[in-house]
Amino acid sequence: MSQATTGAAAPQVTPYRAAGRRHLSDRQILLLFILPTMILLICMNLIPLIYSLFLSFTEYSVISGTPPAWVGLDNYTQILTSADFWANFATTGRFAILSVVLETAVGFGLALLLRYKFRGSGIITTLILVPMMLSPIVVATFWKLIFNPSYGIFNYLIGFTNPNTAPEWLGRSDLAMWAIVIVDTWMWSPFVMLLCLAGLSAIPDYLYEAASIDRASAWFQFRRITLPQVMPLLLIAVLFRTIEAFKQFDLVMGLTGGGLGTETVSVRLYRLAFQGQFDTGMSSALAYIILVVIIAISNLLIRALNRVREG
Amino acid sequence: MSNIRLENITRRFGEIVALDDVSLTVQDGEFFVLLGPTGAGKTTTLRVIAGLEKQNAGHVIFDAHSMDDAQPADRDVAFVFQQYSLYPNMSVYDNLAFPLRSPLRKTPEAEIKQRVTDAAEKLRINHLLERKTARLSGGEMQRVSIGRAIVRSPRVFLMDEPLSNLDAKLRESLRVELKHIQKVQHSTTVFVTHDQIEALTMADRIGVLDRGKLLQVGTPQDIYDRPATTFVAQLVGTPRINLLRTARNNGALNISHSDLTLSAGHENLPNDLLLGVRPEDVRLVNDGQFEGVITLIEPLGVETIVHIRNGEQTLLSTIAGNVQVRIGEAVRFNVVPDRIHYFDIDGKRI
Repeated sequence: MSQATTGAAAPQVTPYRAAGRRHLSDRQILLLFILPTMILLICMNLIPLIYSLFLSFTEYSVISGTPPAWVGLDNYTQILTSADFWANFATTGRFAILSVVLETAVGFGLALLLRYKFRGSGIITTLILVPMMLSPIVVATFWKLIFNPSYGIFNYLIGFTNPNTAPEWLGRSDLAMWAIVIVDTWMWSPFVMLLCLAGLSAIPDYLYEAASIDRASAWFQFRRITLPQVMPLLLIAVLFRTIEAFKQFDLVMGLTGGGLGTETVSVRLYRLAFQGQFDTGMSSALAYIILVVIIAISNLLIRALNRVREG
Repeated sequence: MSNIRLENITRRFGEIVALDDVSLTVQDGEFFVLLGPTGAGKTTTLRVIAGLEKQNAGHVIFDAHSMDDAQPADRDVAFVFQQYSLYPNMSVYDNLAFPLRSPLRKTPEAEIKQRVTDAAEKLRINHLLERKTARLSGGEMQRVSIGRAIVRSPRVFLMDEPLSNLDAKLRESLRVELKHIQKVQHSTTVFVTHDQIEALTMADRIGVLDRGKLLQVGTPQDIYDRPATTFVAQLVGTPRINLLRTARNNGALNISHSDLTLSAGHENLPNDLLLGVRPEDVRLVNDGQFEGVITLIEPLGVETIVHIRNGEQTLLSTIAGNVQVRIGEAVRFNVVPDRIHYFDIDGKRI
């Protein structure tokens, strides 16, 4: 590489070349990292997504052996005009509202209580977080035992000590939905609490000190300092919980199997797709409707979030 | 407005003694500056006065009323925090109006408007009133938080390094504005800073704190001309005061590791002592008493700092304007005899 220059000749500038035989360019390395994931995503997500969109416009069953027959918007019209499906959506909406409201209230409340350190607050916080780390099917299975009218502890704890008069939570259509809401709240309030705690710990003390010097009342401090500062994280928690609530499947399957007026759209979708006739075309259409609804709700919440962030 | 008295305040945080038996009085309408390095206890003093921190011993007295058990809200103080403590998600106007809108105060909305506009005018932020605080620059935020203090007429203003997060230019202009507002409003102010220039320029009186102890209280001139300890002497004045280990030999003072000898301008000097000489009192003159070699020159425009070596001692000298000397040049200089400070070996002024 080096060149002997003689006399007054200007030193020759040679481009820098790294030693070694073969080198990958930055771009090649980039592709090497990204391509495997891309290929996997395309095969496992994108192609099925597009294929199911196609299937949603056909009459087709995976177990029938006959090829998909194009029916246009028939599947969609059928779903959207059937009172049956609307009932599923209503059930899901009811579940989502009840559980998200309860989880937000309980989670935020717990966060306010655990906000300041005290002896044992670390272990208490960890214990409170345990439910959200469990598998939903496990949770559903042991809450079934907890709800059991003859030997479950739940009725006993809320004051019904006589098994003969105690309510059968999972056996009455007016209580089954509440039972699922209670379990979901038990399981996911810690998640809301975790996000709220993060938000609360980010509020600088001097804001409260300034407020106390400015003679602000406790309520004033909560409304003008605490709430606005936690709001972005609280809304993220609500966003996540709403999406999850809309997809609620495992707890319902585990607790009631979708009976007694607890059939959410996900459960209905599962039945439509994988039970009885395996109505693949119709279930694809329903899946797309759910997708659109979830995207719409998320967008509303994200818009609210941005408004809060901008202040 | 009122005067403030701290009597033997001690505040401990666990093992650490943040304030050790501090007593001081701030007169009505006085601009009092607490000066000291980081960790000296300046902020703690301010927080004790505000009631944000409770002293372990001693008393806080406003106008002969004990404030020991009073909550911050009841002490009627205004506090400007180092981190512009603006309420987020609120406009500048609402931030300024906040202390007036407190349910405990019940100020009519028309008066609030009047006071907010007045304060905004004083601080030249009236064009920002509708803006959200998140969209303000650092200087604007600090103006707003100062504004939030001056909208009401508290008994005392407490300011915790309000200018330290600002750039030099802005600091200079806000310094002037603050001083002006304080003089016009005749407000009692306790101002904390680690910046000696801020202290010297703004204060009516300065209290120097170090490691929880109040070392000296006095006017800026007192502090500069008669520092009580070598610590105070070194804290104020740039460049730093020359401190020279010196041995007394009857009437002569021999500065160690050099051939500089002065006559003792003071009786009853110990045998071992420290001499303090401000750089402006070391003067280059052609027929000077001492000689030395220039080792470094720092031209600053208005003045030049010249480092003069004699033996193993280096003295700093500030000379007005630019001087025509070169590194390595031998020079003669004088020390103004009646401007020499004498300290004992523990740093106490003699």
